[in-house]
Amino acid sequence: MSPKTNTHHTLPEEMHMSTTAETIERLQKQQYKYGWVTDIEQDTLPPGLNEDVIRFISKKKNEPEWMLDWRLKAYRHWLTMKEPKWPKVHYPPIDYQAVSYYSSPKSDEDRPKSLDDIDPKIRETYEKLGIPLNEQLALAGVAVDAVFDSVSVGTTFKEKLSELGIIFCAISEAIQDHPELVKKYIGSVVPTTDNYFAALNSAVFSDGSFVYIPKGVRCPMELSTYFRINAMNTGQFERTLIVAEEGSQVSYLEGCTAPMRDENQLHAAVVELVALDNANIKYSTVQNWYPGDENGKGGIYNFVTKRGIAHTNSKISWTQVETGSAITWKYPSVILKGDNAIGEFYSVAVTNNYQQADTGTKMVHIGKNTRSNIVSKGISAGRSNNSYRGLVQMMKGAANGRNYTQCDSMLVGNECGAHTFPYIDVRNSTAQVEHEATTTKIGEDQIFYCQQRGISEEDAVSMIVNGFCKEVLAELPMEFAVEAQKLLAISLEGSVG
Amino acid sequence: MLEIKNLKASIEDKEILHGLSLQVRPGEVHAIMGPNGSGKSTLARVLAGSDDYEVTGGEITLDGEDIIDLEPDERAQRGIFMAFQYPVEIPGVSNTYFLRTALNSVRKARGEEELSGGDFLKLAREKAKLVDLDPDLMKRSLNVGFSGGEKKRNEIFQMAVLDPRIAILDETDSGLDIDALRVVADGVNKLRNEDRMIIVVTHYQRLLNYIIPDHVHVLVGGQIAKSGDKSLAEELEATGYTELEREVRNAATANT
Repeated sequence: MSPKTNTHHTLPEEMHMSTTAETIERLQKQQYKYGWVTDIEQDTLPPGLNEDVIRFISKKKNEPEWMLDWRLKAYRHWLTMKEPKWPKVHYPPIDYQAVSYYSSPKSDEDRPKSLDDIDPKIRETYEKLGIPLNEQLALAGVAVDAVFDSVSVGTTFKEKLSELGIIFCAISEAIQDHPELVKKYIGSVVPTTDNYFAALNSAVFSDGSFVYIPKGVRCPMELSTYFRINAMNTGQFERTLIVAEEGSQVSYLEGCTAPMRDENQLHAAVVELVALDNANIKYSTVQNWYPGDENGKGGIYNFVTKRGIAHTNSKISWTQVETGSAITWKYPSVILKGDNAIGEFYSVAVTNNYQQADTGTKMVHIGKNTRSNIVSKGISAGRSNNSYRGLVQMMKGAANGRNYTQCDSMLVGNECGAHTFPYIDVRNSTAQVEHEATTTKIGEDQIFYCQQRGISEEDAVSMIVNGFCKEVLAELPMEFAVEAQKLLAISLEGSVG
Repeated sequence: MLEIKNLKASIEDKEILHGLSLQVRPGEVHAIMGPNGSGKSTLARVLAGSDDYEVTGGEITLDGEDIIDLEPDERAQRGIFMAFQYPVEIPGVSNTYFLRTALNSVRKARGEEELSGGDFLKLAREKAKLVDLDPDLMKRSLNVGFSGGEKKRNEIFQMAVLDPRIAILDETDSGLDIDALRVVADGVNKLRNEDRMIIVVTHYQRLLNYIIPDHVHVLVGGQIAKSGDKSLAEELEATGYTELEREVRNAATANT
């Protein structure tokens, strides 16, 4: 993150939350107050949210009527909802009227001119992660004229994918080119009314990815590996939809290990996965957004809804490595709808300094012989708080359903917190649910032992933490795993000793 | 050569070592004996650089270099090795990976080339034979689920691979049955050579039947109360530490 972060769209911290009724009233009044007709040539909207803002976004993207209606319906429902207060995270009330919901890509004048304008700490991190210079420039948001290799590489791969009938494009593009698919599946896993942040996202989503894998096709490459840079500026309200037709297979990578420059503090993304019969979706995430400084100032608020629906004999696997954001609120889930469906959740969540994470998963077993596996590794350092929150639900029809949950916490230092909130709801007597939890502390004796063998303190911490997360890292695609290992070490730098 | 001069060390403001002096020359094996609480393990850990202790006076030099301000890893890179009384467990980190990382850290610090995975395995297999280490243990997580004997063997195995200039064995005999003791001692004996210095810290004479020391020192109350050759250890086996402790107390009283 550049030191310039949080200058534009910061959420006012002293704003007090009014009651919902008042908010609605205020919002309605504001609509009248402004009441302007949007000028389509305009590129950035002033802060504020009302139906005109949504119409503006939709028009800007040249969306069909049904899409606009869908957004408006979501918005109207959002107005009746309350922000959830149950997560174990604390932050000042968010003023949703102080957020700007549409801004065009940054003009070159606003961007840093060269890497010298970037915080040396970030550059150091790039070096440690071994990110090539070209990518460093792009990630840091430096204005450069050169065409990146990855862009042309991206085009080549796109052609190769389309030969197989695979669609991989921006969701805004998909709305234009494949409206029937989008219309059929968007909101089918995470309805617009699902929760506060999902409703907000549905109303104002900026862009995101769309993936469609036709029947029986195995996607020959990890999607998005080569699109790391291109996929970057999708904005703060990202929306992703992946549909895997019968018997197809896909592995999707989201995010990036490099610290992301982002001036938006509020992020609310939605990811929907549809795995039809015998399909297999693997979704891996590395999230390293700005976590705020050592004193807990600034940082991204990340409220994400991720859910997949698994039909007969299909499998959905979530793997996440979460090291960034000031607040993380995220529960990638699987609805095991079809018989023999499999759901997996592998997670590493690291919090340091004043970061707060409330993350976990939901496995809802509906079909017979459905199986789910949850492995969660939480690492807390500094004064951070790290909570695992998970629901395992065996519905009436989930005969012989099985779940195994392993939930391990590691504490670094004496001022952090690790919490576990497992919810189990079993309505079928043939189902089996297992839950194991451990809490360990990274020991000074462990570090001394490593050091005595010649390993530096920094490397020792990294080794111990990586050992602790091994089962999860093993689920990541190779290239990602190596970077993730380094990232874990970087995230915990200075937390011991 | 390792030279310790008038070393004073405290833990939480309590002085444990009250001016200890010792010289170890290349090729020598020194045994440090003494009753519980005499400061034997403190000496071992202070030499290794544990930050639980504060050195409040004196010097420690290795081949003329003052090492007191060096971090434990920097000391290890200069060839100081300690076999732990209680080796730690690190889940998820294989024995092999751990040791290769350690060896390569040491080599890198010395300006030597790092060993490839293949070369390391070759070296490790060869050294594992010294202590008859089950090859399966190399693949397992470091010390996790190892028996007491396996952990101690693993310490000596690490010593063999790291090839230190000076090895400090902190109560390596504790918790070992006689067969395991013999295997561990044999391993150490095979690692004796004219350049290496070895300090054996032990409560019992038993281990010294297998690792024959050149010098024996008895620590009482944080100081060396008596030094001698291996016969001193045998003597203590017969008399116990009580007599020596009384002498030290009397001398202290006489001095005041």
